Amino acid sequence: MDVRAQVSMVFHLDKCIGCHTCSIACKNVWTDRKGAEYMWWNNVETKPGTGYPTAWEDQEQYAGGFVKKNGSVTLRGSGRYLGLANIFHNPKLPVIDDYYEPWTYRYEDLFSSPASDDQPTARAVSMITGEPMEIEAGPNWDDDLGGSPVYAAHDPNLGALTPEQRAQLFEVERLVFFYLPRICNHCSNPACVAACPSGALYKRGEDGVVVLNQSRCRAWRHCVSACPYKKSYFNWASGKSEKCILCYPRLETGQAPACFHSCVGRIRYLGMVLYDADRIASTAALPEEKLVEGQRQLILDPFDPEVIREARRSGIHDSVIDAAQASPVFKFVKRWGIALPLHIEFRTLPMLFYVPPLLPILGNGKGEVYEATSEQVFGSVDAARLPVEYLARLFAAGNVGKVRFALRKLMAVRYFRRQQTVGDVSGEMVDGLLSEVECTREEAEAIYRLTSLPTFDERFVIPPSHREEAIEALTDPLEFKGSSGIGFRRKPERV
Amino acid sequence: MSYVLFGAFPYVAVVLLLLISIQRYRVNQFTISSLSSQFLESEKLFWGSVPFHLGILVLFFGHLIGFLIPREVQLFASSPLRLLVLELTGFVAALLFAVGLVLLIHRRLTSKRLREVTTFSDYLVYGLLLFQAATGLYIALFLRWGTAWYVQVAVPYLHSLFLFQPDVARISSVPVMVQAHILGAFTLFAVFSFTRLMHVLVVPIPYLWRRTQLVIWNRDRHAVRKVEG
Repeated sequence: MDVRAQVSMVFHLDKCIGCHTCSIACKNVWTDRKGAEYMWWNNVETKPGTGYPTAWEDQEQYAGGFVKKNGSVTLRGSGRYLGLANIFHNPKLPVIDDYYEPWTYRYEDLFSSPASDDQPTARAVSMITGEPMEIEAGPNWDDDLGGSPVYAAHDPNLGALTPEQRAQLFEVERLVFFYLPRICNHCSNPACVAACPSGALYKRGEDGVVVLNQSRCRAWRHCVSACPYKKSYFNWASGKSEKCILCYPRLETGQAPACFHSCVGRIRYLGMVLYDADRIASTAALPEEKLVEGQRQLILDPFDPEVIREARRSGIHDSVIDAAQASPVFKFVKRWGIALPLHIEFRTLPMLFYVPPLLPILGNGKGEVYEATSEQVFGSVDAARLPVEYLARLFAAGNVGKVRFALRKLMAVRYFRRQQTVGDVSGEMVDGLLSEVECTREEAEAIYRLTSLPTFDERFVIPPSHREEAIEALTDPLEFKGSSGIGFRRKPERV
Repeated sequence: MSYVLFGAFPYVAVVLLLLISIQRYRVNQFTISSLSSQFLESEKLFWGSVPFHLGILVLFFGHLIGFLIPREVQLFASSPLRLLVLELTGFVAALLFAVGLVLLIHRRLTSKRLREVTTFSDYLVYGLLLFQAATGLYIALFLRWGTAWYVQVAVPYLHSLFLFQPDVARISSVPVMVQAHILGAFTLFAVFSFTRLMHVLVVPIPYLWRRTQLVIWNRDRHAVRKVEG
């Protein structure tokens, strides 16, 4: 057992209101620069939809992630031989138009244009060439199902649905959608790291954050095509790749990442999990239907004395083990089983998990009428307007059982609360619903509290980074005395 | 004059290549990049970049082999058929290189987006490479045989450079196109480390044997525990 710690995340989709505050927080902090204008390390897309970049989930087109071959996994479109063979031209690299051409407006024209009968306009100009341009795509171009016959209808995940189900999704009065906020998943088996020919990408041992050393990046571009989530971006101006760093400078000082901190719906949770690095390779190569369960097995129980002993042996600090025990992610993913990974069939073992959305609660009833009577307040999971098969394609590699379990548990918690607050459902009924999803009343209460009433410190459990001890353990601390604070990459020279 | 060009300039060029490359790699690695522009334009790049690179690889190794084992190459080329094979291989590679290069230059000049990421050093490199392609093709076509020129005249001269006894006399009597090709090569050497050509030195061959996943600890995780324990 090789225990490693990982900063892991849960996004509770029922709470996401699609306000894009997270995206803006990230944009302002990290990607408001030349060459990075088109990048959204954090983006929120509408599902069903084609997302950002367009149709990123379609690996026939982008060849990202891993495929199973002879009992182990191998990169689909990159790797040692294929990657080097395609180094002069990467056939699977998305180009800027697959995202969108960034633009601004000529605001000065509004002030400087001469008096005339017509109002002056601020023309759109490209932020690449500076020329006037027609805007044909932009961030969240298909937000809230905008242009759904063009965008949402081409969502690759709709392949999991029957033609009738698909037709129903887009009936005007039954339109259904939800938001999917996405950042780098900081995978346990990252495809970008495996695909980088110059070894510029790596996973940090202490917290599992996947980062990119720009000094070693040589623009071979394989991280962009290999990441199945398209969360590694190429800066066209600097000629270097960039990606989400999970705001590690904030994490190291005990703060939540900017997108987490700013989340209006408070959908985001962040905490440490312990996992067994020896089993990454075998877990990534499991059959598709076993991937979700396999990844949960990979995550270790931080209360298990043997795990604690092994964690200590692997150099994990006690405070990290404490944080793993208090981690909201551990609860959502492993203890309660209601948070699921996004597209685990890409086999990168993403460490960002999603609580699947239960809303809209009203089911697709008989005929034209939706079920809204008091006996069936929340409708049934299987008759949900958003078919379970669709969610299963997103969050469980098609394993409907995993999604149904999570949704039914969420439903049971609602009935449990309804019995307490409204009182129009019977205790036996609630107990029956809870026992079907192996949930106790205590657990239901805990799920309710962590979903609805969590404090800031319950949502984000970040262990201290122990810089002081790290130095002490390795060298004489006096050597470092007087060297803290702002440092220089290159010392200033006195001439 | 020819002593300056063929006796001194090569040393300046090689010293620049070595010193500036090492300096740039050690101090300012961030600036080393292939500066790929595929993200802004992908389709035309394929038809330019792939033949260009394949061609230049064959040409580079062809020249290198001739430089390392001139006697063997000369022996090999002593039969007319084998000489023809060598010449044809080189010529096809040079054509690939030249066509790819012309397509790349055309691509650069016709795309507004690409001009935003094109600098003087890119034009310089394009110009020098185009010059090498033109003189090389001229030698192959009109000054037969290029293989013979190379192993019998150019390589002994290059060897003399290595021995610090530059045989300028040998090179000043050859056709002007061959001289131009040699001078062009040394000019490329001289500007090499100031331009994006630097990416040649960081071609990621170690990727072939490096482990798939990289995990880096900022501190020695075992040492941290031992002291505490």
